[in-house]
Amino acid sequence: MGGVGSTEPHRSDVPALPARRDSQQELLLGLADDELVIGWRDSEWTGIAPLLEEDVAFSSIAQNEIGHARALYELLGDDADALAFDRRPDEYRCAPLVELPLLEWAHTIARRWLYETADEIRITALLDDDDPGVAGLAAKINREEAYHRMHAEMWRERLADTPQFRAAVEELWPYALGVLPPEQRGALAARVGLEEADAFERGTHTDGLAELWEEMTMVRRSAPAGAQW
Amino acid sequence: MVTAQQVWNALDEIPDPEIPVISLVDLGVIRSVDVRDGHVHVELTPTFLGCPALEMMKHALEEKVSALGGEPEVQVIQDDSWSTDRITPAGREKLRAAGFAPPAPREASAPTLVQLQAKVHRCPYCGSTETRLENIFGPTPCRSLRYCESCRQPFEQFKTI
Repeated sequence: MGGVGSTEPHRSDVPALPARRDSQQELLLGLADDELVIGWRDSEWTGIAPLLEEDVAFSSIAQNEIGHARALYELLGDDADALAFDRRPDEYRCAPLVELPLLEWAHTIARRWLYETADEIRITALLDDDDPGVAGLAAKINREEAYHRMHAEMWRERLADTPQFRAAVEELWPYALGVLPPEQRGALAARVGLEEADAFERGTHTDGLAELWEEMTMVRRSAPAGAQW
Repeated sequence: MVTAQQVWNALDEIPDPEIPVISLVDLGVIRSVDVRDGHVHVELTPTFLGCPALEMMKHALEEKVSALGGEPEVQVIQDDSWSTDRITPAGREKLRAAGFAPPAPREASAPTLVQLQAKVHRCPYCGSTETRLENIFGPTPCRSLRYCESCRQPFEQFKTI
């Protein structure tokens, strides 16, 4: 077991995954995985963003998103790290949108804006959840996300008229729809101003995830089992 | 036997790991202290969920309580109970004196870019409201960057959460 390059996670550490038939658990795990993976993707701009301000912004946003993932994993199980890093790539429930490696500015901003717009719809729905643990955490996340939405909206306004941004939004639109369950997609289409289309559904994965998984879990896989940090 | 007041006083000596001019009590992250038979139950509510200082705060709390002879039980509460409105008046004054503009009060709806760009944010150095937003994000998730047109100083503004 272990060793850099090993593709086998520490299976003995994996907590029981939420039962698939429990739609609420499934939704929360999808949300947590989305936040973890987009946080990793956002962090790829640290040090190389086109503006210094964006180095700072993307680093902070990434930190927040990964913080949200941790809190959600803790709601789902006892060991957030095990849920985050000990699953095989095909066991992640993230939407394909967040997996894409997009180190190109118009695409990055298009994804941030589409993702935050979709995320606001599902987080808002969770504010009234029957489970006070879920509703309380959703309220906390929502307060932090307000700043991500402002950032995304500010950039969308700047880029809206450019062909690069319009093409990126069009290209990513089927992925954005896949972030939400079918019943919430109409609201997203109305906000974005595009027609509903066939979505890239959650549960299917792009090559981007396998590549990211290698990097994301490398330290964890290379550490001897039981190592303390 | 340790009392709740002793615990509160001791916790007021723990500096915030990222902004050491204020204590954890000033910051409002201690939601409650409950002492029973030597067991000290402390509810800690994080500022931002991704705050890397959270673990440091937790350890510092446990050490302080142990030093008083209590058995620490620190529970991290992950709900919406921390707000920048919980920063104490003394804490806000300490922030201002150290060059951090204290946060505006929380409102029912989420803050907007229009609010952040409005001329209501006061410079911690000269008191002018002729300040502009430079960046929504700053050195930590809880801060924005602003610039004072009057005294020409850049400064950090606590985000309202």
